[in-house]
Order: sequence, then C-alpha cells, then structure tokens
Amino acid sequence: MKPFTEHTGIVAPLEARNVDTDQIIPKQFLKRIERTGYEDVLFYDWRYLDDGKTPNPDFEPNQERYNNASILLTGDNFGCGSSREHAPWALSDYGFRCILAPSFADIFHNNCFNNGMLPVRLPQTTINELFDEVRNADGYALTIKLDEQVIVKPDGAVINFDIQPFLKQRLLNGWDQIGLTLRHEDKITEYEKVHGLAK
Amino acid sequence: MARNIYQKIWEAHLVAEPEGQEPILYIDRHYVHEVTSPQAFEGLRLANRRARRPELTFATMDHNIPTTERTGPIADPLSRAQVETLAANCAEFGITCFDMRDPRNGIVHVVGPELGLTLPGMTIVCGDSHTSTHGAFGALAHGIGTSEVEHVLATQTLLQKPSKTMEVRINGKLPPGVTAKDIVLAVIGTIGTSGGTGYVIEYTGAVIRNMSMEARMTLCNMTIEAGARAGIISPDETTFAYLADRPYLPTDKPFDALKQDWRQWASDPECSYDTIIEFDANAIEPQVTWGTSPEMVAGISDCVPIPDEIKDAGKRLACEKALHYMALEPGAPITTISIDKVFIGSCTNGRIEDLREAAKVLHGYTIAPNIQQALLVPGSHQVKQQAETEGLDKIFVAAGFEWREAGCSMCLAMNDDRLNPGDRCAATSNRNFEGRQGKGGRTHLVSPAMAAAAAVKGHFTDIRHWNYNPS
Ligand code: SF4
Repeated sequence: MKPFTEHTGIVAPLEARNVDTDQIIPKQFLKRIERTGYEDVLFYDWRYLDDGKTPNPDFEPNQERYNNASILLTGDNFGCGSSREHAPWALSDYGFRCILAPSFADIFHNNCFNNGMLPVRLPQTTINELFDEVRNADGYALTIKLDEQVIVKPDGAVINFDIQPFLKQRLLNGWDQIGLTLRHEDKITEYEKVHGLAK
Repeated sequence: MARNIYQKIWEAHLVAEPEGQEPILYIDRHYVHEVTSPQAFEGLRLANRRARRPELTFATMDHNIPTTERTGPIADPLSRAQVETLAANCAEFGITCFDMRDPRNGIVHVVGPELGLTLPGMTIVCGDSHTSTHGAFGALAHGIGTSEVEHVLATQTLLQKPSKTMEVRINGKLPPGVTAKDIVLAVIGTIGTSGGTGYVIEYTGAVIRNMSMEARMTLCNMTIEAGARAGIISPDETTFAYLADRPYLPTDKPFDALKQDWRQWASDPECSYDTIIEFDANAIEPQVTWGTSPEMVAGISDCVPIPDEIKDAGKRLACEKALHYMALEPGAPITTISIDKVFIGSCTNGRIEDLREAAKVLHGYTIAPNIQQALLVPGSHQVKQQAETEGLDKIFVAAGFEWREAGCSMCLAMNDDRLNPGDRCAATSNRNFEGRQGKGGRTHLVSPAMAAAAAVKGHFTDIRHWNYNPS
C-alpha cells in the first residue's frame, strides 16, 4: 500500500448528505473482477448526462476549476450503504487521496484506510466554511500533514484533526495489514488450540 | 460483572491486543459471494497465501444470477465471468460453494441461517453490509470490505476496535398489520441513517421476545441502514427451536448440550449499555419510505413532507432533492401515491414467513391494472420449495405475480430484473437509494403485506384495514 504522509491538492466540493456507495459507484460496474480501472465510472449517474458520456454541467465537481482535484469536500455520513470496496477504489483511481466530511459510514471509513486514502472528520461549521472558501477562490488547495494532524489553508491558517493512532501509523507506513497480523500467527494458533479449533 | 451479549462475544474471541494496534478477533464463520470476493482471492494468489481455515468459509452466488430459468449459462458475459470466477476460486482454495443450481443456493443471508451455519455466540463476517442479519441469532455479525475479506481468508481473524453498545428496547405489543420491517423503518426514521454509527445495537423488550426468527432477521438486517456496526438479539427458546435439525449444526454434542452452550451468550439481566432508546410498538404504524434514504420514511396515514417546513438547511436541501428525484408532491397523503411495479423478496423480506404474509393478503385478489410488473423472488431455493409445498406459488401466480428463482434480483438490479427510468416500485428490500433498483427508478420500502396490498390497489393502502379472504 502506498504510504500517506503529506498531500497538497485542489479541493472539489460535493454538497450532499448521506452520499451512498450506490452513488459513488453504481452496481453495473461491480461485475469486474479487477481492483483498478474504476476512475471513469466514479459518481457515474451524477457525473454524466443520460447518454453516460457527456459530463453533467450541474454536477459541481465537473466544473473545470476542479479538474485534477485530489481532495473531496462533502456532507455527513459519506459512504453509507453497501460494503463495496469498489467505492474507495473508484475514488482513489480518480485521484482522490483525502476526503473531508463531518462524518463517515463505518465500513467505508475502514475501507479507505485499506486503500491508502485518508478520511478526515471535521466539525460541520468547519466544513461549511471550507465550502464557502473553495467556491470563492479558483484553484483552492489544501495541504494535509498526517504526522502533525493538521490541514493548512492557502492563507496559512491551520485546522487540527483527530485520527486513531494505529490507523495513522498504518497510513504513514503504508503497512500491509495481513503481514502485520501474521506476525501474531502464534497467538492465532494458540487461540485455535484452546478453543478446540486446531486441525 | 454483568455483561451484555456484545461484550461476551467480544471477550471470547479476542486473539491478541498488540501494543499500538487494533485488537485481533477470531472469526468463526466467513460467508463469501461473487461480487466482493474476486479481488480478495487474487490478492491471496499474488502474495502466495492460502486460506487458513477454508472449512469455516461458505460461498454462494446470489447478486448476479438470473431469476428466470437457469439451465443454460448466464447470458451477460460479465456476470457469467464473475460467477465462474467464484466457483474456480472456491475450488482452488478448498471452500464449499453453493452454485446457482445447488439446492442449498440462495441469498447469502438467507442461506446461512437456514442451513444452521449461523449460530449463537459466533463472530460472522461477509463482504456484504447486510451481514448484520445474522445477529438475529445472537451472533456478532457485520459487513467488511474486500481487503478485509482477504485478511479473514488469510488469517481467520479481523482487526476490530471495540464498539459502543446501544439497547433499543421495543415495548408493548405489535398491532395487527405492523411488522418487524415497520419497526426497523420507524427506528431508522427516528435515529437517522447515521444514528447508530459506532454502535452495536441490541434489540430487547417484549416485542422482540415474541418475534419469530424471520422477523428478528428482518430487524437485524436493516440495522445497517441506521449506520450501526451490527444488530444483535440475545438467543432464547425461539432461536433454539429454529435451529433444531438444521443440516450444518455441530455434530460433536447432542442438541440439548448445544442449547446449554448457546444460552450463556444472552445478555445478563443486570448488564448495561452506552445508550438506551425505547420505542412503544403500539404507536408504530405501517411505514412507507418517500425519499432516497431509509430515514426518509412516514407512517401510512401520514403525508409526504413539505420541505419549507424543515428548519435545518441541510435536511431541507436533502428533502427537496429527494422529492424531486421521487417526483412527489409535498404534502400529498402517502395513500395517494400510485405505483407501477412491485418487488417482494431480498435478504430483508424474502423468507418463508414473508411469503406467507404476502400470500395471505393476495389470496383471492389480482393486481391492479396499472401494475406493469409484480415480482415474487424467494430468498433461497429452500424458501421457494417450501412455498410451493404450501401452495403459495399458486396464490401469487393467480394474483398476477411472476414466480421466480431465488436471488438478490431487483433489490440491487445487477441481473436483468430492474426498474426503467421513472418506474415507481413498492419494494420489500432495504435500500431506496437513487438508482438502486435501476437508473431513474423510484423505490418505496414497505413490508411484504403492504407491498402485496399496494399491488392489489395500485397505490399504497393501510394494511390494517385489509379485507382478508378466508383461505
Ligand atoms: S438481497 Fe439485496 S441487500 Fe440482500 S444481499 Fe442481495 S443485494 Fe444485498
């Protein structure tokens, strides 16, 4: 997994609550058996007109000024619904490395960390301010420093954020979770023995 | 110290709590389906890893498979490839797979319980959010992502942070016509789709104790729509009676001894929770969702909300957007909403009891002329057979329903069963998200009886006033 240490990028606003994984990536694209190649179908039903190819001018992140955005700013309970990891895959394939929202759905939140993507919870008032600032300044970019747990605004102002220490370490180091768990394989074997599960 | 069921299962499954890391939990049962597993198996292959305990994992095909006849190969090449990939992966890694022609096949959350693979006190995971269903048996069950599927296959464990616990106590007695589906929709309508985030919800109270296992599964199934990590219900005699004689029960002990083991998992009488919410069942009426999130729900005697009356700006905007998508008039009575299609099925309401409820309503009636399609899709092959034994299929067909093979079908429309743009559907499934049942489709979530009644009337109607035909 690619480590996440520090990232600077353009912010794209997506003003909606309860954005579900069916919107992030609709089911017809879950039939593939690969882990990558989902960039063009991210937000498919919102992003394109009915022909499935012409960009929908009413979908705010489609505006030219948000081309190459890598930070998504959005509403609460982002990523609710299905457990499909295709959702973070699609966001990551598109180029997003960080998502800012007042809250995230549980499984989606986990899935982000397994894909080197940083979901940051911020208070609703901070999110509202960011929406205003993003819309009022072309090319609005933020810098996220994971180690220091800060977001630096273009004017140098700083927003602090919380993150669980272990999740932070995983992202900073890009750790392979399975390898990490297998370091405790003796404990797993012991558990199986004690519980009559040994083969 | 008195402990609740979540605490008991958690403590009993702790493998290790490494310094600076999330605790490692042992996983007793892992279910797999075709959509969220291919990349996990591929990951194992790339890293040269095997499945640690393949005999604890069971796979089924459900999301992609056709519900029309199944003798030939699946027409859609992508669906076919996904289903064939699952079969090949299971063969390679030594996992039992119920393929689409196997008599044990069906939706993963219907099949596990009916085979006796889901048991009290277990930790259960699946790459599917509605894994919460299995909590009805007193198991700690939740959905995981594909990376975690790979992690469980490789290590038979999962990293978990402890959850907070919430008791949702349902007092009183269910009024006639009000079901587990209505309770859970009312709960979600009250606490919201993120109201349960970070919690495991245990359902307690008189109503739960009197509930069948099918109804308990409906309740736990939709708990994920409240954002909770899992729904759970302490096991009791109803649980044990359901499990008796199921084919995959452990064979090392007589059933009485198993029951004795299972009993210990139930929450202790004096246990505590981080949060407690109480509901009065007598005050809950049949529910219908009007929006594009399960929290956008109203009682059958209510009206579509009026956005201008909503104070919170974010909620008002969401309501306006939803009403626009759903093409509904603010303030219109729910009973005036007419529908084009009906879908009865899914892991929420595709079990035998759900089919019996729907058949009771439909008996002696036919669907209204404005209904273009009414689909009855059993949750599993076994459910289908049982329904046919009871003659329910004849009632459905006589009423104008299509009697299909088991699968996920129009719950998420990955196969050919889907809404056309603008279609309005009464559905017994669990999600009314935009496009969930087909791009541009409009979904109203209801109980099986409410869906059947709406099929007959052509619009939503209060099941509490239904004129049942004697059978
Ligand atoms: S029936 Fe619907 S919710 Fe249930 S597993 Fe299938 S697709 Fe998911």
